[in-house]
Amino acid sequence: MLDLINVSYDTQIPNNVGLSQDKKVLKALEKWHPGYINWWNDLIPQNFQESLVYLRTAVSVDPKGWAKFDYVKMPEYRWGVLLAPQVENRTIPCGEHYGQPAWQEVPGEYRNLLKRLIVIQGDTEPASVEQQRLLALTAPSLYDMRNLFQVNVEEGRHLWAMVYLLHKYFGRDGREEADDLLRRQSGSEEAPRMLGAFNEETPDWLSFFMFTYFTDRDGKMQLESLAQSGFDPLSRTCRFMLTEEAHHMFVGETGVGRTIERTCQVMKENGIDDPYDTGRIRDLGVIDLPLIQKKLNLHYTLSLDLFGQEVSTNAANAFNAGIKGRYMESRLSDDHQLQQDTYTVWDFEDGKAVQKQVPALTAINMRLRDDYTKDAAGGVGRWNKIIEKHGVDFELSLPHEAFHRKIGVFADKHFDPSGQPVSGAEYDAGLPKWLPTHADGDFIQSLMKPCYEPGQYARWIAPPKVGIDNRPGDFEYVKLHMA
Amino acid sequence: MNQPLKQHLIDPEICIRCYTCEMTCPEQAIEHDDLNVVVDAAKCNFCMDCIPVCPTGSIDNWRVVDTPYSLEEQYGWMDLPPQEEVAGDEAGLEALDDAMAALLAEAHKGAGGKSRAPATASKPTINLYTLGKPAEARVTGNYRLTAESSDSDVRHIILDFGGQPFPVLEGQSIGIIPPGTDEAGNPHLPRLYSVSSPRDGERPNFNNLSLTVKREPYGICSNHVCDLKPGDTVRVTGPFGATFLMPSDPAAHLLMICTGTGSAPFRAFTMRRQRENPKLRNSLTLVFGARRPQELPYFGPLGKVPEQFMAKHFAFSRQDGEPKHYVQDRLRAEADRVGELLADPQTHIYVCGLKAMEQGVEEAFKDIARAKGIDWTGLRDRMRDEGRYHVETY
Repeated sequence: MLDLINVSYDTQIPNNVGLSQDKKVLKALEKWHPGYINWWNDLIPQNFQESLVYLRTAVSVDPKGWAKFDYVKMPEYRWGVLLAPQVENRTIPCGEHYGQPAWQEVPGEYRNLLKRLIVIQGDTEPASVEQQRLLALTAPSLYDMRNLFQVNVEEGRHLWAMVYLLHKYFGRDGREEADDLLRRQSGSEEAPRMLGAFNEETPDWLSFFMFTYFTDRDGKMQLESLAQSGFDPLSRTCRFMLTEEAHHMFVGETGVGRTIERTCQVMKENGIDDPYDTGRIRDLGVIDLPLIQKKLNLHYTLSLDLFGQEVSTNAANAFNAGIKGRYMESRLSDDHQLQQDTYTVWDFEDGKAVQKQVPALTAINMRLRDDYTKDAAGGVGRWNKIIEKHGVDFELSLPHEAFHRKIGVFADKHFDPSGQPVSGAEYDAGLPKWLPTHADGDFIQSLMKPCYEPGQYARWIAPPKVGIDNRPGDFEYVKLHMA
Repeated sequence: MNQPLKQHLIDPEICIRCYTCEMTCPEQAIEHDDLNVVVDAAKCNFCMDCIPVCPTGSIDNWRVVDTPYSLEEQYGWMDLPPQEEVAGDEAGLEALDDAMAALLAEAHKGAGGKSRAPATASKPTINLYTLGKPAEARVTGNYRLTAESSDSDVRHIILDFGGQPFPVLEGQSIGIIPPGTDEAGNPHLPRLYSVSSPRDGERPNFNNLSLTVKREPYGICSNHVCDLKPGDTVRVTGPFGATFLMPSDPAAHLLMICTGTGSAPFRAFTMRRQRENPKLRNSLTLVFGARRPQELPYFGPLGKVPEQFMAKHFAFSRQDGEPKHYVQDRLRAEADRVGELLADPQTHIYVCGLKAMEQGVEEAFKDIARAKGIDWTGLRDRMRDEGRYHVETY
């Protein structure tokens, strides 16, 4: 009998989908495999490829087996195809087909819609690895370097997950799309990644932490809604990806938290009470809280743009078709069809941000974005607790959704972070207070010096409270290969 | 009075509210509000499914309590309350199920009070596999350690866990479930065996471990284990034990006193030290008793450990033409060195073997301490509270 829990290693590609008995897909994936390995090998600097990294690998999709820790050279990481166990008699959780048996094959009428969603999701996975490829050179500790590489190899595995779906269910054009996922490059002129936020470089570690906190959280919300898909293989794929995505959220939240912690510690040690005394704080080699707020403003607003238009017929169609559900769809107690319901969205009228009711079906994006904001606000609250604990008078907050937007009703309109409309001149004057300036970037860059001693941390960041896999403080998370 | 309970809790300071645990829990014992993620003590059955899926480690927290913290209390927490002193709790958190906890409490009794782990010990995993959900290990080796001519049959057993994670630390024990049922028709309870290999495996980076098992006349489990052949499978619970652990600090000196299969954890300690810090000097002292050299487990391999790495003192009680020597006699013979070690705050003492050795060892320490003008009981209690004095006898 086919074992669908434990990972099988009888093909080159670890999997729990019985690949060895699915010759056609196996052959297609084996053909794609060398291109992937080349992509990986060309990406991350060579000495890190040869280093031993303490990584977790899933050896099965049941809870006990999906976090097995060991030293691995990244190119030898067992990227595989892992789907969460099939739920018996699962039904389509939303839309006009609500309650019908979930699709095990692609429904012809939604083929293109589904393929596009999978391609967009797939495109973001390698993109973020490309954006982060040089960060290890300035890692503030081996612990952080390990976390970066864990995020990277798992984004790689998420690419595999999407490529498997393309190969398995979308025939020839699926294979072509899979090839294109390796052809596009983050930041490339000729073949950029599909979404804007994924073409920006991740220049420093604070940006990386902010990115994993805010932008990967958009990824998490997208995965959450795809995990509610009526197309069962997509749902199962995304459900397993979500367990890995939690680690990325962890890296972001604790990374920013440790940065804040260190800043507050150093301020207190040096008797600085005023968080706006940025000159003195920066001279002490830590990142001032107002700058952290500016970074937050930037990454949060860039991430909001990823949710698309507030009112969207595409999103309505995907929901109505049962292709993409809402966050925690199966836990919501309404009719799951939204034919009569309304939902509150932001709009722009007479130069002001106003809220109004629209048919809920068209507001699916807005709703997911609201769920995202609520999720993101939780961590900001916990960061504020750190500041409060140190007795520093400062509070971080999420800016208003109208601020600094490129997509949606507020695109390119002038609002300040509190959501007040401002003139162009006021906007220009306010920007250096609201978003990181080039000088701020230079300052952060000046702190980015590698710290490769086990148990040691760069001055600007506090050590973690708990080691990965319960490892002690001086654990050598990466055994660096010094060529 | 209520029996103290073990309660599973989440550290709200470290948790990132990803709710992966909540999605994973098969008992729906985990829930959340806008602030915290909490565990319902009435529903949690220690299945441990939530432990590996947590990205932060915040899920792996346990408290011994008289009355479990309610969900409301947990929702109100900013941080995890410290472990309180609970009357009637001798076992601490060595194991989550009462049967195993009672066995370990009994084994550690000789320390004279509640045991504590060394300050720099790694954090152990406990109860990952239980009677209801045991791990299955494959036997990959079974070697006799005692001479064929001896009537004592001590065996070195190697178990491979394949794809199942089975994290153990040196000094921890595992349970083996013997097949079959007792007279009443109930399945046998697991028997505890100390792991005799270091944390990274009998062979580094193989997911295996070794046990040191003596065949006991009519012993249901020991005969089962000693008769195992390569390829056989056994059902395993655990790991268990959260105090009889080694310090991670390489400056800590380990004084290890054992008889017979009590050497199992010390083999693990020694191998760990050798793999981690092979260049250390005067790092370990071993006092090892047996009837004859032919009956001393690992006598051959021990000879290969350099004396400057580990000072070795053997005591033989039945050697032809020699007076009877016990471990306490060797301690007395080395009174100067042992006295030095007692006075050194880096010293960690471990006693492991048959219950019968406890008293003699205790007496020897008392005498050696007295000669130095030290009150042994006071020192022992202090060392125990600092996680530097450990007894495991059976």
